Amino acid sequence: MASDRILGLVVILVALAYIASATQIQTSFLADPVGPKTFPILIGIAAALAGGVLVFRPDEEPDWPGLATLGALVISVVVLVIYAYSLRPLGFLLPTAIAAGILSYQISQRAVFAAVTGVGLSVLLFLVFRYALGLSLVPFPEAFHG
Amino acid sequence: MELLSNLSLGFSVALSPTTLMLAVAGCFLGTIIGSLPGLGPSNGVAILIPLTFTLGLDATSALVLMTAVYYGAMYGGRISSILLNIPGDEPALMTTLDGYPMAKQGRAGDALVISGVASFVGAFLATVGLMLLAPLLARVAFLFGPAEYFALYILAFSTLGGIASNNQAKAVIASCIGLGIAMIGLDNSSGLPRFTFGNLHLMDGVDFLVAIVGLFAIAEVFFFIESHGAKSSIGVKLEKVTVPIRDIVSSIWTMLRATVVGFIAGVLPGAGASLGSFLAYMSEKSIAGPKGGFGTGVARGVAAPEAGNNAAAGGALVPMLTLGVPGSGTTAVLLALLLTLNITPGPTLFTERPEVVWGLIASLLIANFVLLAMNVPLVKVFVRVLQVPPGVLLPGVTMISFVGIFSLSGSYFDLLLMVAFGVLGYVLRKMDVPTVPIILGILLGNAMEDALRRAMVLSDGDPTFLLSSPISIGLWIAAIAGFIAPMFLRRFIRKPQAVTD
Repeated sequence: MASDRILGLVVILVALAYIASATQIQTSFLADPVGPKTFPILIGIAAALAGGVLVFRPDEEPDWPGLATLGALVISVVVLVIYAYSLRPLGFLLPTAIAAGILSYQISQRAVFAAVTGVGLSVLLFLVFRYALGLSLVPFPEAFHG
Repeated sequence: MELLSNLSLGFSVALSPTTLMLAVAGCFLGTIIGSLPGLGPSNGVAILIPLTFTLGLDATSALVLMTAVYYGAMYGGRISSILLNIPGDEPALMTTLDGYPMAKQGRAGDALVISGVASFVGAFLATVGLMLLAPLLARVAFLFGPAEYFALYILAFSTLGGIASNNQAKAVIASCIGLGIAMIGLDNSSGLPRFTFGNLHLMDGVDFLVAIVGLFAIAEVFFFIESHGAKSSIGVKLEKVTVPIRDIVSSIWTMLRATVVGFIAGVLPGAGASLGSFLAYMSEKSIAGPKGGFGTGVARGVAAPEAGNNAAAGGALVPMLTLGVPGSGTTAVLLALLLTLNITPGPTLFTERPEVVWGLIASLLIANFVLLAMNVPLVKVFVRVLQVPPGVLLPGVTMISFVGIFSLSGSYFDLLLMVAFGVLGYVLRKMDVPTVPIILGILLGNAMEDALRRAMVLSDGDPTFLLSSPISIGLWIAAIAGFIAPMFLRRFIRKPQAVTD
């Protein structure tokens, strides 16, 4: 109930912001009858209406995960974001091993298994990408190459 | 006779050694992807698209490879349904209803063989149907002007929202998210930026592959973290595989009827394979009556949904190729592939690039025989694949997604966007908001807006032009009916689970 109402409100607010932002779109002198603003505004209106329906007729509450699971999910997202930033400066092998290991631990809850998985996946995928698919991945931090 | 010459053109493309090899490799890979729980045709095809580019394949080869993966995944989805009671992909859900009880009775091998044969019947006849129907529809599609296309896009969104989701408002929200994202970037007509907020990365718009991989593959990882891989319980053991000829013969009519039902469901834009298998199972269940024993592990209960979902997979290619409007989540992903290969689907595809269309159709015919061979005598190989623990599989999928997206653009921005789409996909699916309309919106948003604007240019801004031809009026009526009718039917037909494909 509450989740759907909140979703509905968020959708309405975003839709209004979207419409407001659409009215600021520059129009060119080559005007067609519809112009670049109309379609985005129509989308915003449709979304706002649907959001309104959700506020008044919400579905049953979904079963959200408990705090522990939520923590695991947040950790995974943070790991993925850090992984995205570290791929270039640190090379492929090290960040992949760590990120895959942490994800694996979040799913399997077994530390040794996760560590082996992380290292194994990192090396295996590197070999596949580099030699079977010919991607130019950098294996180690650039500093190692001097 | 035109058909025969087209087919011979197709086979001349499909029987070249490289194409043939790609089709076989695609079938193999697809069956593995389909049978792994958590990796369905949509996310399987999505994470493979960026990697296809690194292979440097030409358009026809890439298309053959990916559609072979698509068909393979549709075949493979049944394996984990039957052995683990977990659908390998969404359309295989109905197969669990009779497949798993059969496996518990010690007839896992029989269930796998029957469903394999049913998959073949469905997929093969649907490919023949595609071959006959697609050129006809392509001819009709020449009559489509911008007003008709606009109505057709509305139809796709409304049937997808109406039939394939449980709450129309949520489907509308999902479609609007997708369409809204599609507007980001440079405006097609004026060339001026929209919704970029001065961010250079957003000038080109949001790459649909980033959105697809995020919403399908990364979101799936979050679901597995939530369940701690509990979905991967050890299922039924497979002893030896024999061919239960009597069961196959007795369910042949079931397979044929299910194929027709599934194919029609597949052709409807927006409905897709899940609906095909659902309708096929339900109609066979009512034909058989209470004495049929559906749900207790009968051969016909396995044959019907598998023939239905594979027929729908073939049927869904018809609107995708002829009109550029995908019929399901996976065909939306295949449309993304076509667009990235610079192939514009639509009626002109059949006249201008016949080698692509007919090469694809011929490869699909060949792929079906390859898949029958892989899925009946060699099924034990794929059963092994099920033993890969999710703690290895899902991190692997994540890393492949990262490398794939990174290899497309080499920008951190796309990777972060992909993670953001993953989180969005998790939250939305948790709240029963379908994610396929988002993909469809991102893919079709610009074409839809162009159709509207061109129609308005033609009519000098008169909105009644949108309803000026019988075709567009028919499409609008179908769209409204497709959106509203399920509200009333839902009371009578309850889906066993939320359908997202």
